[in-house]
Amino acid sequence: MKIAVASGKGGTGKTTVSINLYFFIEKFFNKAVQLVDCDVEEPNDALFFPGAETKREKEVFLSVPEINPGKCTFCKKCSNWCEFNAISIVKALKFAGVNADLCHSCGACLEACNFGAISEQNQTLGQIKYLDTGIGLGLTEGRLKVGSSMQTSLIKKVKKETNPNSEIVIFDAPPGTSCPVVETVADADYVILVTEPTPFGLHDLKITVELLLDLQIPFGVIINKAGLGNRNVYEFLVHYNIDILAEIPFDKSYAGKYASGDILENIPDEIEEIYKELIQKLELKLALR
Amino acid sequence: MKEITVLSGKGGAGKTTFAAALASVAQNAVFCDNDVDAADLHLIFQPEIKESHSFSSGNKAEIQSESCTNCGLCAEKCRFDAIHFNTKKQYKINPFQCEGCRLCERICPENAIQVFENTNNSWYVSNTRFGKLVHAKMGPGEENSGKLVTRIREKAKEIALDINADFIINDGPPGIGCSAISSVTGTDLVLMVIEPTLSGLHDAKRLMELVRNFEIPVFAVINKYDLNPKVSENVIQYLSENHIRLAGKINFDKNVVKSIIFEKTIVEFSPKCNFSKEIYYIWNQITEHFSV
Ligand code: SF4
Ligand code: SF4
Ligand code: SF4
Ligand code: SF4
Repeated sequence: MKIAVASGKGGTGKTTVSINLYFFIEKFFNKAVQLVDCDVEEPNDALFFPGAETKREKEVFLSVPEINPGKCTFCKKCSNWCEFNAISIVKALKFAGVNADLCHSCGACLEACNFGAISEQNQTLGQIKYLDTGIGLGLTEGRLKVGSSMQTSLIKKVKKETNPNSEIVIFDAPPGTSCPVVETVADADYVILVTEPTPFGLHDLKITVELLLDLQIPFGVIINKAGLGNRNVYEFLVHYNIDILAEIPFDKSYAGKYASGDILENIPDEIEEIYKELIQKLELKLALR
Repeated sequence: MKEITVLSGKGGAGKTTFAAALASVAQNAVFCDNDVDAADLHLIFQPEIKESHSFSSGNKAEIQSESCTNCGLCAEKCRFDAIHFNTKKQYKINPFQCEGCRLCERICPENAIQVFENTNNSWYVSNTRFGKLVHAKMGPGEENSGKLVTRIREKAKEIALDINADFIINDGPPGIGCSAISSVTGTDLVLMVIEPTLSGLHDAKRLMELVRNFEIPVFAVINKYDLNPKVSENVIQYLSENHIRLAGKINFDKNVVKSIIFEKTIVEFSPKCNFSKEIYYIWNQITEHFSV
């Protein structure tokens, strides 16, 4: 069972929800649960497990082509096939170069070349880390190398690293609705959207709902920071008959705990109660038992 | 003409609130919403759209099932796992996973694959009460947000030169990926909004790693300063160790949420509150920075 936690808008509390869900599924539910941080541009989940131990860490790569000028006939077929303008061939100068920043690693140029002039080289895409948090099957995080713009490729690789023994996997998705988010939620069985009751929250929620309807993935919504804004988010959800899974009230002192990274310590009873109910709802919905 | 980009690394730190507040104090500026993936600035600006353009975010491939012999070559070669054998025992391309590289189209022995240009994105030039706004709407699940950012920034620049504007103010995207890179490239100043949380600081550090490569001056502001004084101290320490100028500290203020609900900038909604005063103070530092 794969559950993705997403939100159109950043800062709505996606990470807080993912971590609490992970913690409480283990606590109330007794299933082998794993947390996977797919927000590879800004992986933050690990900050909330200060005692966690890094068990494994590996560098992941993207293959970027390299042209051997000795074999190249400068026929330009590869650059014609490259949809991302990553190859420049200048016959007069006997120049054949690949711009790694533009390359999507699609492999088209390799297929194109009839002269065996192209080979592939590894280029660092980021790291994948596995942490033992003491909770369930631990945390896997992807961390994009600063300056790389291939976040989607890294997310793909991170998703492949989930523990085969896990019964429930929680994917903490990046903010927004573009390709990295789609990659994260694409094969999820259920998506939990986290929103806040403000016009920004509502606007971004609508786009995300549209996306999930397109992708035909079932979803429900958690309203975080309840009490801060207005009722428009509620009206929207009721109007479209979208499940409200939980409401988490805004509380400045709880926000302060988030700030210092200790939301899992001395959890207030109200919060614990909210997650307990949430998990019961998910149980029914996803027929987890 | 100087270009200022508001960024934060972490989403929800208050970028859009700041960009909108600056609109209330900056004179003679053009605005550009670089957060094309979840554009929100227009909710405050209420733009009157004057020009509308579609934007191609690349190609999507499609298999014409009549001609396909199910040989499976395309699925084997597609590096993006976009081609799947479906329950009806046919190869199909998932448009959300297809990156439009056209490899499958080129190698299919039956010529059964066609490629379509994807124009599910639009960008606009609008009039607003603050001046011109260039903004965009990306279709959900689209790629190439970086290219779209570059496109709308070019347009904003063109307008700014045309009307002799003094500033372009960009509301940047969250994160440090392709659209953030496109948003930083070639700008004159980055205003980094930091939320004093461990995640906020962590993300700000990653953003700094990126911005540093561009050698662009950075001004930092700490938003919701009183959320956790200890973490705020850590942020200040990080800034001073790294010689990043702290241009302002702003406490959490419920007026901010209210102003958004009333679709106003904080300066319009509550001109006398501390947040608004800080905005003037920050803006003065920015203009001084450029005049010396
Ligand atoms: S792998 Fe694809 S994107 Fe990269 S250079 Fe070759 S054709 Fe271009
Ligand atoms: S297709 Fe091969 S031979 Fe032709 S220009 Fe490219 S690398 Fe050189
Ligand atoms: S390569 Fe062409 S014929 Fe073969 S499965 Fe793909 S679309 Fe069908
Ligand atoms: S165009 Fe490229 S990414 Fe899309 S299905 Fe074909 S091979 Fe895969």
